Amino acid sequence: MTGNGVAQIVFYLVVLTALTPPLGAYIARVYEGRRIPVMSAVFGPVERLTYRTLRIDEKKEQGWKSYAIAVLAFSVASFALLYAILRLQGHLPLNPSDYPGMSWFTAFNTAASFVTNTNWQFYGGESTLSYLSQMVGLTVQNFVSAAVGMAVLAAVIRGFARRGAGELGNFWADLVRVTLYVLLPLSIVVGIFLGTQGVIQTFSDPVSYQTLEARTLGATDDAGAPAAQSIYRGPAASQIAIKQIGTNGGGYWNANSAVPFENPTALTNFVEMLLILLIPAALTYTFGIMVGSRPQGWSLFAAMMVMLVVAIFVAVPFEQHGGQVLRDSGVELSASADSAGGNMSDKEVRFGITNSALWGTVTTAASNGSVNSGHDAWTGAAAVVPLTLMGMGEVVFGGVGSGLYGMLLFVVLAVFVAGLMVGRTPEYLGKKIGGREIKLTMIGVLVMPVGLLIVLAAALTTDAGTASIFNTGPQGFGEAFYAYTSQFNNNGSAFAGYGVTELSATLGGVAMLIGRFAPILAVLALAGALSGKQVAPFNAGTLRTTTPTFVVTLLFVIVLVAALTFLPALALGPIATQLSGSPF
Amino acid sequence: MAARGLRLAGVAAGMIVILTVLLGILYPLVMTGAAQALFPGSADGSLVKLDGRVVGSELAGQAFTSPAYFHTRPSATTPPDNPSATTFANLGPNNIALQDAVRGYIRDALKLERPYNPGLRTQDLPVDMVTTSASGIDPDISVANARLQATRVAKVRRVPPGRVLDLIDDNTDGRSLGFLGEAGVNVLTLNLDLDRLAGPPTRP
Repeated sequence: MTGNGVAQIVFYLVVLTALTPPLGAYIARVYEGRRIPVMSAVFGPVERLTYRTLRIDEKKEQGWKSYAIAVLAFSVASFALLYAILRLQGHLPLNPSDYPGMSWFTAFNTAASFVTNTNWQFYGGESTLSYLSQMVGLTVQNFVSAAVGMAVLAAVIRGFARRGAGELGNFWADLVRVTLYVLLPLSIVVGIFLGTQGVIQTFSDPVSYQTLEARTLGATDDAGAPAAQSIYRGPAASQIAIKQIGTNGGGYWNANSAVPFENPTALTNFVEMLLILLIPAALTYTFGIMVGSRPQGWSLFAAMMVMLVVAIFVAVPFEQHGGQVLRDSGVELSASADSAGGNMSDKEVRFGITNSALWGTVTTAASNGSVNSGHDAWTGAAAVVPLTLMGMGEVVFGGVGSGLYGMLLFVVLAVFVAGLMVGRTPEYLGKKIGGREIKLTMIGVLVMPVGLLIVLAAALTTDAGTASIFNTGPQGFGEAFYAYTSQFNNNGSAFAGYGVTELSATLGGVAMLIGRFAPILAVLALAGALSGKQVAPFNAGTLRTTTPTFVVTLLFVIVLVAALTFLPALALGPIATQLSGSPF
Repeated sequence: MAARGLRLAGVAAGMIVILTVLLGILYPLVMTGAAQALFPGSADGSLVKLDGRVVGSELAGQAFTSPAYFHTRPSATTPPDNPSATTFANLGPNNIALQDAVRGYIRDALKLERPYNPGLRTQDLPVDMVTTSASGIDPDISVANARLQATRVAKVRRVPPGRVLDLIDDNTDGRSLGFLGEAGVNVLTLNLDLDRLAGPPTRP
């Protein structure tokens, strides 16, 4: 990799780290329901009007069951509305290209995808969706699915932080406050910035025109008509802002963040890439504040950062090195100021290698899943990175809210393992971890690998399943493996050759729903159990969870679980691709 | 119990309706209003006009075929460089179909350039010249790619190579803030400048 590449990566990580404390502290204020200068004046009336209209008592606390039921009820309502919009778009306004309603299975997959904050794309935005479906359907779910994740995390943190209450806060208040005070203001600022750079924001119809060569030389298309282009438009910048902020990742256009109308410059690329990890990183600091010990937050941040840095410095060099076919082709692959070199297959010139590989790493560390390069074309060794980051359960910063509550499951597991090793009752933040807590933790951790195994087996052992596979050999297996790992972990990125069929859309939709809501139920139940516990006083025998030793222990537990689960599949897929001596 | 369930369903449905009005209607409307008031050009798609008529967008590559023009990168869309159906090629790094495709792109490039650049070899081709872009409408080519094509374009247009290289410099977007991303040459604006310098190309 190049010196400039290292500089770009370091700059990215420094800015991310620097923004973590201020935003983390801000989110803590929002979670704690405190007044916020300016914001409360602007959005406070909207918040109060919402509560009044729906007769919600925002001060009324909920236990874990009540909180979980509210999460599910809201998600069911979200799903129903989005599914209806996608099916009925042909009869609804703001449909300049007269697109018909989606098929039932694509609509099922897409609605599941956006309600679960996955944003897997079995649709192409510009070729299937009306402007109305994009803004009233997808934009809304970009916001609220992110807010649901952050609300659940708020409840979970309260469970760890509170002493003997048994109550976790009010879901409706958390949902509304996170949306109004965190996601919406950030999206407004970012959306305006993206617009200045060339991201489209208009209600004008798609624009068609003859190309330059048609005008000057009479160039024609295959049918003999003058060569022409047509650009799909609509309210894109407002959706793309929240798409990145809320770790959603579903593209307004089919080729997602590679499309210049979504991500026109290296500057928008940097900002969007920063937004992917911004809130997930900040939430570690929020956690530290709310449990009354900032070092507790920083130790989780450190564990995540170590894994992220390792991942980046695997992905970028292998992509710069290039794949077998390109290396054998004889063209110039070395990097210079005039050419990015490396594996430029399915990558954009303005991003080159560093920003494509960095984006791909960051977007799978978070459960964002937007892509600015085609991951199917990544070298096998580099493709191990996104698959591993997803397979670890999206805990390297992870999705907004979901990343940290996923990580807290691993923390409980690590504390338990450490407790066994020294023969003491495990405890975290002064709360004893008993049998019930460990059972809930194991459910939360294991539901994904077990469910993934079943879904992937169904997709690989049936003709209807293998019909989705596009590439040959181990890469084809990798496509299916990537597809369901991505959907089960609510990431949404893809080896995009993997195609939509009734079976793949249904399996994927089910995977996304289980992958989202089963861990939510487990972690809320865990929080409920913990919130009722008294805090044991800190003494000489207490396992300290803010030391480098603990961070290393935590990393071992995560890597062990992920490695034992996924190494065989990785070997059959991208590793085999990397090691095969000749094209297949 | 039933009453509580009904009440919960009502709150859930009411909440998504209220949030849809706020986030799905008001927010995009306000953002569009602001964008259209502040920077209508970029918010409408960075359209480029020629003689008063739209001829392209700065952000969408066009598939040039004449030797009189600079060419964009290979594209996996149908037809090539189609902004209405953006897509990756999705061929794996060791796929034999990728090998065939890359060999084809190399053959095409050499066939196009060699009549004007007889000594040109495969190892002189920068990699972005023989690989599909991610979006399928990459508006840029690398500086090395543009310089390589400059020899041909200068000869076909009968203008001094130095003038063409100057145009390449004019149409190069350097790294943002001096170090972010990679430099790229915008093919559409470069070709428009070329037509301004040398006059539109003549039909064969």
